[in-house]
Amino acid sequence: MPQSAEEILDHAPLFREPEYRQMLAEKKLNFECPHPDQIVTDQGEFTKTWEYREKNLAREALVINPAKACQPLGAVFAAAGFERTMSFVHGSQGCVAYYRSHLSRHFKEPASAVSSSMTEDAAVFGGLKNLVDGLANTYQLYDPKMIAVSTTCMAEVIGDDLHSFIENAKDENSVPRDFDVPFAHTPAFVGSHVDGYDGMLKGILEHFWKGQQRTEAKGTINVIPGFDGYCVGNNRELKRLLDVMGVSYTFIQDASDQFDTPSDGEYRMYDGGTKIEEVKGALDAEATLSLQHYNTRKTLDYCQQVGHATASFHYPLGVQATDEFLMKVSALSGKEIPEGIRLERGRLVDAMADSQSWLHGKKYAIYGDPDFVYAMARFVMETGGEPTHCLATNGTSAWEAELKELLASSPFGKDAQVWPGKDLWAMRSLLFTEPVDLLIGNSYGKYLERDTGTPLIRLTFPIFDRHHHHRFALMGYQGGLRVLTTILDKIFDKLDRETSQTGVTDYSYDLTR
Amino acid sequence: MSLEYENDGALHAKLIEDVLSQYPDKAAKRRKKHLSVAKSGDEAGEESEVISECDVKSNIKSIPGVMTIRGCAYAGSKGVVWGPVKDMVHISHGPVGCGQYSWSQRRNYYVGTTGIDTFGTMQFTSDFQEKDIVFGGDKKLEQIIDEIEVLFPLNKGITVQSECPIGLIGDDTEAVSRKKAKEHEKTIVPVRCEGFRGVSQSLGHHIANDSIRDWVFDKKDVEFEAGAYDVNVIGDYNIGGDAWASRILLEEIGLRVVGNWSGDATLAEIERAPKAKLNLIHCYRSMNYICRHMEEKYGVAWMEYNFFGPSQIEASLRNIAKHFGPEIEEKAEKVIAKYRPLVDAVISKYRPRLEGNTVMLYVGGLRPRHVITAYEDLGMVIVGTGYEFAHNDDYQRTGHYVKNGTLIYDDVTGYELEKFIEGVRPNLVGSGIKEKYPVQKMGIPFRQMHSWDYSGPYHGYDGFAIFARDVDLAINNPVWGLYQAPWKESPPHGQAIAAE
Repeated sequence: MPQSAEEILDHAPLFREPEYRQMLAEKKLNFECPHPDQIVTDQGEFTKTWEYREKNLAREALVINPAKACQPLGAVFAAAGFERTMSFVHGSQGCVAYYRSHLSRHFKEPASAVSSSMTEDAAVFGGLKNLVDGLANTYQLYDPKMIAVSTTCMAEVIGDDLHSFIENAKDENSVPRDFDVPFAHTPAFVGSHVDGYDGMLKGILEHFWKGQQRTEAKGTINVIPGFDGYCVGNNRELKRLLDVMGVSYTFIQDASDQFDTPSDGEYRMYDGGTKIEEVKGALDAEATLSLQHYNTRKTLDYCQQVGHATASFHYPLGVQATDEFLMKVSALSGKEIPEGIRLERGRLVDAMADSQSWLHGKKYAIYGDPDFVYAMARFVMETGGEPTHCLATNGTSAWEAELKELLASSPFGKDAQVWPGKDLWAMRSLLFTEPVDLLIGNSYGKYLERDTGTPLIRLTFPIFDRHHHHRFALMGYQGGLRVLTTILDKIFDKLDRETSQTGVTDYSYDLTR
Repeated sequence: MSLEYENDGALHAKLIEDVLSQYPDKAAKRRKKHLSVAKSGDEAGEESEVISECDVKSNIKSIPGVMTIRGCAYAGSKGVVWGPVKDMVHISHGPVGCGQYSWSQRRNYYVGTTGIDTFGTMQFTSDFQEKDIVFGGDKKLEQIIDEIEVLFPLNKGITVQSECPIGLIGDDTEAVSRKKAKEHEKTIVPVRCEGFRGVSQSLGHHIANDSIRDWVFDKKDVEFEAGAYDVNVIGDYNIGGDAWASRILLEEIGLRVVGNWSGDATLAEIERAPKAKLNLIHCYRSMNYICRHMEEKYGVAWMEYNFFGPSQIEASLRNIAKHFGPEIEEKAEKVIAKYRPLVDAVISKYRPRLEGNTVMLYVGGLRPRHVITAYEDLGMVIVGTGYEFAHNDDYQRTGHYVKNGTLIYDDVTGYELEKFIEGVRPNLVGSGIKEKYPVQKMGIPFRQMHSWDYSGPYHGYDGFAIFARDVDLAINNPVWGLYQAPWKESPPHGQAIAAE
C-alpha cells in the first residue's frame, strides 16, 4: 500500500509506485488494444525527420496547437482596462466561461464578464430579447459605469446587429439613455484575440469621441498598450517612465490594477482602469502611440482620422526599441529624456556586457503574438543571439515582411526564418530538424520542451504553470533587465544540471560563471 | 462516521431574500425558483433514507447578463465525455477559441506517447475563417481528416466536435464522417454539440452519449471474451488520476475493469463495454444516458457508487460486491479492513485540525453531493451546495446527503454566490477557477473542485489522504491571518466582503 498518513503522496509519486505501475501496464496490455511498441517508437522517430516536417508544413486545413485565441477574448481583456467596466458578450454563454477561466488561469485573479446566454430559440429568432434583458440585469446587479458589448461567433453567424439592439435596449429602459454602452463586433472566425482587442478599443474610443469637438492640447500623448498578459508589470513601468519624463499623457486601456487587486478581505470586482473622463479628454491629445502595432491597426487609423499624430511600436523592450519609444515620446511631448533614464539604459547595457559571453551565438525559437515575436527577435539580436525560428500563428504577411527587414539589418538575423500562420505542431518539426538552444513562448511550449528537449522560457501570455511572472515588466530598460536575467537563469540552470554528476562532469561545475 | 448537525435555515432564507431583492423584478421571479433551503426529510415526507428535500428548479435557461458560471454543450462533449478518450483525435470544429480555452485544462490523466499514439493534451482545430462560414466547412473537414491520417496514422479514430457555427451554417458533418470513415476504415464520430444547444454543459453530455450509441456501438465485430466479474467504470474522467485510484480498489475486490469511461480510455474500451456484466457509474449526470441504453439494449445492469471519502467508499464497495455474491463480498471486506488503518491514521491526523469547519460547494453535476460525506468524515459541516447543470434527479439525490437548513443554489450567479459567502462566512469554499480568486480576496480559503486545484487524485482511499491533506493546507495556511494591516483598525464585520 503506497499511501500513508505520515507521507502523503500525490499524483506524481503515487502513480510511480509499483502497485500502480503494474496496474497500468496490465490495463494497457489487456484492455487498451495498443499498437505494438515498435510501431509507436518508429512513428515517434519518423516525426523527427525532414520528411515528416515537409508533410507537416504542407498542411492546409488542419491546425494543431495554435498560438492564438479568438477575438472576443481580446475584447474582454480590452474592456478590463477601463474604469468600472463590465464586459457583456452577446452570444452563447459557454464562451464567456472560457474567457473568464483563461484570463483567471493566467493572472491568478478574478475575471468578470457576462453573457447574453443565447440558446437555440435565440439562434432562430435572434438575440434581441437576450440583450435587452441582459443589459438590464447587468446594470442593476453589477453596478458598472460602462458596459462594453462584444460578440461570440454564434451572434455573428446569425447576424445580430449590436448598434440597433443596444438602441432598442435603451428604448426599453434596460439602462439609462445616457449610460455608456460601447460595442464591437468580434467574430471569432476573423483574425485573433489581437483583432478583438483592436475592435473593442476602437469601439470604446468611437463611442466617446464621435461627433465631439476636438481642441488639440499640444504635447499631450495617448498611450495604448495592446493585448498584453504582462500588463500588470508593463503598464506600471511605462507610466513610471512617462511620469519621470514629466509627460502629459493618458494611458488608454490600463488593466494593471484590475488584474492585480490586493487581498485584504474585500473583493473588488472593479479596480483601476482608464477613467471615462480621461477617455473623453484623450480626444484632445496631439498624438496616440500604440505599443503593439498589430494589436491596434484599426484603432490607430481611427485616431488618425480624428486628427491625432500616430506612431506604433512592437512591444518596446531591450535597448534600441526602448530608445526609439522614449525618443518619440520626447519629440512629441517636447520633454527631454532625463539623465536618470539614461543611467537606467546604461545599467541594462552594463548587464548585457557582463553576460555577453553566455549569450553570444545562442540560437532561439520564438513564438507568440506578432509584436512580441518582433520584440524578442530584436532583443535577442542585441545580445548576440540568433532568432532562428520566429513564429506567429496570427502573424500576417505584412508582419512577415517587416520582421524580415529587421532580421536582414543584423548579421545575427541572417539565418533566421519567419513563420507566419504556422502552429506549434509545425514548430515541433522545426525544432527537431533545425534545433535551437532556447525556446521563448508561453506555457503551451512545455509540450515542445518535453518532446524536443529545448529549454522553454515563458515570457508571454498565457502562462498557466508558473506564477506571478506577469507582475514584472518586460518593456523598457527595466523590463529588458528582467528578460535578460530570465534567459540567463535558464542557461545557467541547464549548465549546472548538465555538469552536476559527481565523478563524471564535476570539473565543469563552476562556482563562478 | 455520519455527522449529525443542522444548518441555520432562517439565515439562509434571509440571504436568499436579500439577493433576490437586488434583481429587476422579472429576473428575481426567475431566480427565486433556483434558490432554496433544504427541509428535513420528515417534514418533506420522504422515504427514510432521504434526509432532506432540495426543492429547486433546474436545467432551465440561464438568465442573460447575470454572470452564470455555466459552460456549453461543446464543453460537455469535447471537454468532458469525448476529450479524455486518448487514442482518438478530437477535432474542435469551428473557430479557434473553443479548442484553445479547453486545451489541457481538465487534467484527464492518461499514459501514452502524445502526438504519436495518444492525443489528449493536443488542440486540433479547423480554425474556421470567414470563407468557411460563407461557403461551408465540409470540404475543409474532409481535408482535415485526410491530413490527420497522414500525420497521425496511429490514431484509432476521430471525433468531430461541432462548435456553434456548424449547426447554424448547415454543414453536414455526418455525411463527411460517413464518407471518410469508409475511405480510411476508421471510426469517425460527428458530435452535434454546438454551444448554443441546451442550457449548459449537460446537453453536450447527452449528445456525446448518443453519439457513442449511434456511431460506435455495433459498428465493428468486437472479439472479446467477457468474464463473470467484468465491469465498466462509467463517468470517471481520471482527473488527477481519480480513475486509477478507483480501479486499484475494484481490482482488489476481484473485479475486472474492462473499460473506463472516459478517463485514460481507448476506443477499444468503449467498443466492448456492452459485453461487461455491470456498469458502475460515478458521474451519473454526464453518463447515465448510455448506461440506460446499455441496460435496455444489451441487458447490462448499472449501479451508482461514490468513492469520495471512507464512509462512501466502504458503502459503495459493499454495495458493488453484493451484486457479485459472497466471494467478492468477502474480498471487499478484506479490502475495507486493509485500508482501515490508513483511514484511521488520516482522520486522526486531520480531523482535529478541521473539526467543525464549514464548507460551501458549487460544482458541476455530481460533486456538489458526492463529496459531502468526505468532508463530514473529516468532521466538517456542509452549509451550502449547488450545481451548475444538474437536473431534478440530481437534486432528489442531493436529499440523501445534505442536512436540514442547507442553502441550495442552482445555476448560481456570481453575485449570489459572493453574497451568500459574505453572509455565511464559511471556512472553505469548493468551486471552480472563476470563483477561486474572488473568494480568496475575501480572505476565505478555497479549493478548486473541478480540477482538484492541480492536485489529486481524490477518489479512493489513496485519494482521500490527498483530499484531507489539501483541505487542511487550504484552511490552515498562515496567509489568511495576514490580510489586515496592523496599523489599520479591523473592519467592523471582519473579512469577507463581497463586491458592491
